[in-house]
Amino acid sequence: MTSVDSVPTPGAALVRRPGSVRFLWLLAVVAALGLLMAASVAIGSRGVGWSDILAALGGSSETIEEAAVTKRIPRTVLAVVVGGALGLAGAVMQGVTRNPLADPGVLGINMGASLAVVAGIAWFGLFSATSIIVTAIFGAALAAVFVYAVGSLGRGGPTPLKLALAGAATSAALTSFITAIVLPRGDIAANVQSFQVGGVGGATFATITPVLPFLAVGLVISLLSARSLNSLALGDELAAGLGERVALARGVAALGSVLLCGAATAVAGPIWFVGLVVPHLCRLLVGVDHRWLLPFSALTGACLLVASDVIGRIVARPGELDVGIVTALVGAPFFIAVVRRQKVREL
Amino acid sequence: MTAVVPPPAATVDAVARNRVRRSVRRRLVITVLAVLVAAAFVVTLMVGRTFYPLDEVVRVVLGERVPGASFTVGRLRLPRGVLALVAGLAFGLAGVTFQTMLRNPLASPDVIGITSGAGAAAVFGIVILSLGGTAVSTVAVAAALGVALVIYLLSFRGGVAGTRLILIGIGVGAMLNSVTSYVLTRAGQWDYQEALRWLTGSLNGATWEAVAPALVALLVLGPVLLGQSRNLSALQLGDDTAAALGVRVERTRLIAIVCAVGVIAFATAACGPIAFVSFLAGPIAARIVGPNGSLLVPAALVGALLVLVADLVGQFALDTRYPVGVITGVLGAPYLIYLIIRTNRAGGSL
Repeated sequence: MTSVDSVPTPGAALVRRPGSVRFLWLLAVVAALGLLMAASVAIGSRGVGWSDILAALGGSSETIEEAAVTKRIPRTVLAVVVGGALGLAGAVMQGVTRNPLADPGVLGINMGASLAVVAGIAWFGLFSATSIIVTAIFGAALAAVFVYAVGSLGRGGPTPLKLALAGAATSAALTSFITAIVLPRGDIAANVQSFQVGGVGGATFATITPVLPFLAVGLVISLLSARSLNSLALGDELAAGLGERVALARGVAALGSVLLCGAATAVAGPIWFVGLVVPHLCRLLVGVDHRWLLPFSALTGACLLVASDVIGRIVARPGELDVGIVTALVGAPFFIAVVRRQKVREL
Repeated sequence: MTAVVPPPAATVDAVARNRVRRSVRRRLVITVLAVLVAAAFVVTLMVGRTFYPLDEVVRVVLGERVPGASFTVGRLRLPRGVLALVAGLAFGLAGVTFQTMLRNPLASPDVIGITSGAGAAAVFGIVILSLGGTAVSTVAVAAALGVALVIYLLSFRGGVAGTRLILIGIGVGAMLNSVTSYVLTRAGQWDYQEALRWLTGSLNGATWEAVAPALVALLVLGPVLLGQSRNLSALQLGDDTAAALGVRVERTRLIAIVCAVGVIAFATAACGPIAFVSFLAGPIAARIVGPNGSLLVPAALVGALLVLVADLVGQFALDTRYPVGVITGVLGAPYLIYLIIRTNRAGGSL
């Protein structure tokens, strides 16, 4: 059931922000992302000065400070890329399922990607970056189809409650299987630990580069489906009446989001709640038009993940907190708030 | 049909026979379960790297000194076996209490985050506050009660809806699990085995000091819960009907929550949140007992059997030694999905 405020008709002027407001928010978010990236490069367990940062950005890594900065740059880039992918994937999923609780983590899709990768490494000796990414996307797709199938059985189709429960149960199941696979294999435990708790630490440009083509394809597909997501928000019958091929549109959009979160999980492990929080925030900022919402979600997702990564480095000094833990701590209360706002009938 | 006409004697007879048959089935199931639990417990004591025959084990348990067996069985296997027994009974009992009270099989303490709360508090007490023994249990119990209260308050919006409570519980659980991960990160070296105890539950390294609080809690709070079983069954009919039947609804609910959270928190402080036992025990017990009276005792026995057998499987049946929670998790999660599929198919509201 669609709620009235997600109908992007000219009549719904309240939620359709004027162009100037959107543009201002766009500038604000881009500025915030820039600031956060600077903070991510500057803040860490070793303090550095501006001269070190500038020198390191110039390619120098002679002093320890410069070397530290050199390590933080790819990490920041990875956080931006992964956060953007997850934010966008979440927005697309919420559009496809018309479900305010949809998130690659909550729906178990990230865990599907993780399990596929862990199983691939343990049993088939996966090694190359590309094979790991393809396996992750495959696992994400399987999990997405499974959860959607389980969640849409019975009366009322895929209600938010049924989808969220199916996702949580699937996540729990997949987590158990991952543990069972990892435990007896001490040799690969270090290799696969990052597929149990999501994190961006230890990133290098060599690990980031192979995933970029997949993310780019996912990005293009997702952004191109913005218009059909707008139609889908009106409900299946109305969308069909407007000439939308509903099943096809939904499938294409879902493919885009699966590509994004599968590839993101392949480099950073399972990260929860980014895809849940970001679209809700962005709807407040720019309204419900997916042509604005989707790119905004990508930018805001990047901001959120970079910020979470910085927070994880500050609160756990001298160690650091995996970004997956931070997003769960920040995102779960948000999830609860969204659940509280729903009417029981709609759950 | 009019009420004045007495039912024919044959009907009265059939109802009476049916009632007898049901109570016979219930007693039979409980007896068989108890025997199975006892058998699994004894096997736990007998097998291991060295096999000890039944008579030696019995002599050790009775307090005799048997060379070799006294240490291995008395010091190593007995605490582990007792912890498995106590934890299984506690998880089963508490799980079915919540499921009965909230009238929803998904509302078990491990799904709605109460067990995660106890686990997070226990690991926080051990790692950050360097507590031990009873203090850890106390922190765990306080946290579990707090989590139960928070979930209840958060899902209260002009009445508590079961679906909202479950979703909120899942969210709270996710948060508490990340607290556990955070504390374990702070612990310095990430010991995967030790971390697993607090993430999925494990009986490794059980000592009497750890077992004792859980055992005492079960012995004290368990009977109180069992004393409420009739009232709990009445609550299943809805608050108004239960009140009409003479049940003091709020009092029953309060006692049940405090006792159930208490037993589960003490057990969790000893062995971690053993995955899915409290979720599984109730539905399995309902399946074997049928609609024949309170499920508390059968579910507790099923819980104990699950933990004992899963621990045996985890220790000896596979190439690697798995902690018990991994086994129950691998078994339990698919059942959870199956339950959701079945409920969805039936068109139920969950």
